[in-house]
Amino acid sequence: MYKLLLCWRYLRTRYIALASIISVTLGVATLIVVNSVMDGFTVEMHHRLNDGLSDIVFEGRGLNGFPDPEWHKEEIRKVLGDDLKGITATVVVPAMFNLTVQGESMMQHGSLIGIDPQSYGTVSDFPQYLLHAENRERLSFALRDEGYDNRLPPSGWNWRRKRITLERDYLRQMQEAERLRREALGEPVAMNTLPAAETPVTEAAPETAGPIDPFQRKRQAAAEEHVFDEMKQQHPGVVLGIGIASHRYRGADKEVKDIFYCRPGDDIQISFPTAGQPQIVADNFTVVDFYESKMSEYDHTFAFVPLDHLQEMRGMVDPLTGVPSVTQIQIRLHDGVDLEAAQQKLYDRFPPQQFGYSIRTWQQLQGPLLQAVQMETTLLNILLFLIIAVAGFGILATFFMIVVEKTRDIGVLKSLGASSRGVMTIFLTYGFSLGIVGSGVGILIGLLFVVYINTIAAGLEWVTGRPVFDPTVYYFQQIPTVIEPFTVGWIALGSVCVAIVASVLPALRAARLHPVEALRYE
Amino acid sequence: MNKPQELERNVVVHRRRKNGGAPVKKKGQSQRIDGPHGSGYLSTRSLVKSYYKGKIEIPVLRGVDLNVVQGEFTTIVGQSGSGKSTLLHLLGVLDAPDSGEVYFDGQQIDNLPASARELLRNRTFGMIFQFYHLLPELTTLENVLAPCMIRESVWGYWRRRRQYKQRAEALLERVGLSHRLRHRPSELSGGEMQRAAIARALIQSPQLLLADEPTGNLDETTGQEIFSLLKSLNTEQQLTIVMVTHDRRIACQTDRVVQLVEGRVVENPSS
Repeated sequence: MYKLLLCWRYLRTRYIALASIISVTLGVATLIVVNSVMDGFTVEMHHRLNDGLSDIVFEGRGLNGFPDPEWHKEEIRKVLGDDLKGITATVVVPAMFNLTVQGESMMQHGSLIGIDPQSYGTVSDFPQYLLHAENRERLSFALRDEGYDNRLPPSGWNWRRKRITLERDYLRQMQEAERLRREALGEPVAMNTLPAAETPVTEAAPETAGPIDPFQRKRQAAAEEHVFDEMKQQHPGVVLGIGIASHRYRGADKEVKDIFYCRPGDDIQISFPTAGQPQIVADNFTVVDFYESKMSEYDHTFAFVPLDHLQEMRGMVDPLTGVPSVTQIQIRLHDGVDLEAAQQKLYDRFPPQQFGYSIRTWQQLQGPLLQAVQMETTLLNILLFLIIAVAGFGILATFFMIVVEKTRDIGVLKSLGASSRGVMTIFLTYGFSLGIVGSGVGILIGLLFVVYINTIAAGLEWVTGRPVFDPTVYYFQQIPTVIEPFTVGWIALGSVCVAIVASVLPALRAARLHPVEALRYE
Repeated sequence: MNKPQELERNVVVHRRRKNGGAPVKKKGQSQRIDGPHGSGYLSTRSLVKSYYKGKIEIPVLRGVDLNVVQGEFTTIVGQSGSGKSTLLHLLGVLDAPDSGEVYFDGQQIDNLPASARELLRNRTFGMIFQFYHLLPELTTLENVLAPCMIRESVWGYWRRRRQYKQRAEALLERVGLSHRLRHRPSELSGGEMQRAAIARALIQSPQLLLADEPTGNLDETTGQEIFSLLKSLNTEQQLTIVMVTHDRRIACQTDRVVQLVEGRVVENPSS
């Protein structure tokens, strides 16, 4: 009984010991905050990685792909049975994207993915990341009139027509100026003129002077048939990763802003290798939407085009049979299905020695990234726990002081019949209570910090004038956090153990004090 | 209380001495002895105790033979360094002699195992010190209750708390401190603190009170008051008291005065 009473009184009267426990409190709070944020990042990343990717990627060797995806899909359906949720065939090739920005060409590289708009949405949450509401419902590679996300500048057909009209007006003015200049100089006026919005190029031709071409009329007729009118037509559609088409920065007012190099309605040129003997082909595409998964890596890399067009352009369709090839089959399984078991089943059906396909789960594809985050978390945990261990030495020193200060009282207790074990228990209980108080307060502070972390970050930003959490770096608008009760429990347990271990030595010293020497201590 | 049996039960193996002087005795071998003053309630035989300063041995007790008769108020006097306090510590089993024996109620107690000695200190002996030695974190009442708390488990104390509290309050009233129950030692005067210490020593109804210069730190009047209190305990309750003091005038008022000179007893029977 006296142990508890004394322990309680020591807790209430020895504030120096509470000061020593503050380091434990801070350590616990920091550990909780760091773990919650790292868990938040991990969960968010898992979420985004897995939502942006299919569960299992079935890949042929090289860029030529493998023929007859329909047969493969059928076989995979047979192997996986009811576990299968969605399946689609894709062609993935490296590509260069040539954007024209203010009259200058800007090259970006990335991955061009040929997708089937109908089935691609069944293997990932791809449609959710598009910026046009109707495309999110049902993806189409046809340019929409308007109605894109309001972060974008005016886009769609309306923008395309307006832009072309402006461009043509500008060119006409330039040509007119050039004509006037030549007239003034007495030079011949022989120029190609661009068609006005209402006047096709052929109508301007008779005004041109020059040698008579006997085939001119025939060529003109052929050109009229194949003429591509930007005002009315679009190239094959491309959904461009938003990172390829834009640049994010922080303006003078500290607001995060995006500059768009192109927008839905603009045309870009994409170069990619053909199948077989690789040769580079370049083709024009019209941007029909942007893809924003908020995974920086994806947004800066991916561009999606219609599968059949890409197959045709790359020469992946067998001219004799008309059977196309693909480079990947992406598979989505129902929630809770063991991915590795499914992977093994597929390997059993398509033995690597015979087929040479690589079948990988999304975790394996993103292995290094996930492992890096995991490793960072572990490392941070070790380092922060070392801080608590250091705090343990603080407790040890303080406890030694308290034991020295209490030497006489220990002698009195022993003279009143207290056992050595009893005296030891006082100090162990004291350490335990301090550990409980320290880690309890630490947990409270940590949890409050985690709950209000974004408010705190905003406050710090306001005070220091520097961004604490920069969305231009992470693509997260807010700091993601996840509180794992299990982790919190372990942290609390660990810190209480540190406090107890640190009080063992002083408690032993107290227990071993000789009563007579203790009573005489001054 | 059935002390001999209880003590007997707790004796397992005798402690080995520092100088290896005493033979190791087994359970049940303790013997009752008779001293020069008849049946010794508390007696010592050839007590030797030295302290060591580094490697230098400083002998304090050089063979003390003492007999205290039950119900007697005995004072031990002597110059500073004559070993009075050391003798009292040995009597109260706070320390072990280098050689020689201490007997209480016919039972050798200096060689008891630690737990039995703790029990003796808690229930059978009451101790008072010159500097009161109250626990500063506890109130007067809690200080008096401390031996009960030490003796009992949390549950046991909780069950009997009213009984203990009543007894403690009665004792504090007896020593004249009923108005100071909730005060901390720092809020009490020297005399009050010593009274509280006496109440603490009496809470377990001890058979023997050991007082180490209880008046040494008090003015003459207060010292006399404290002595009167002890004296009345001795006369009214026949409580055996062994007191160490410097004060010859106080010593003269007790049943027997034992003088220690250079670690040896010189008897001076008083009035």
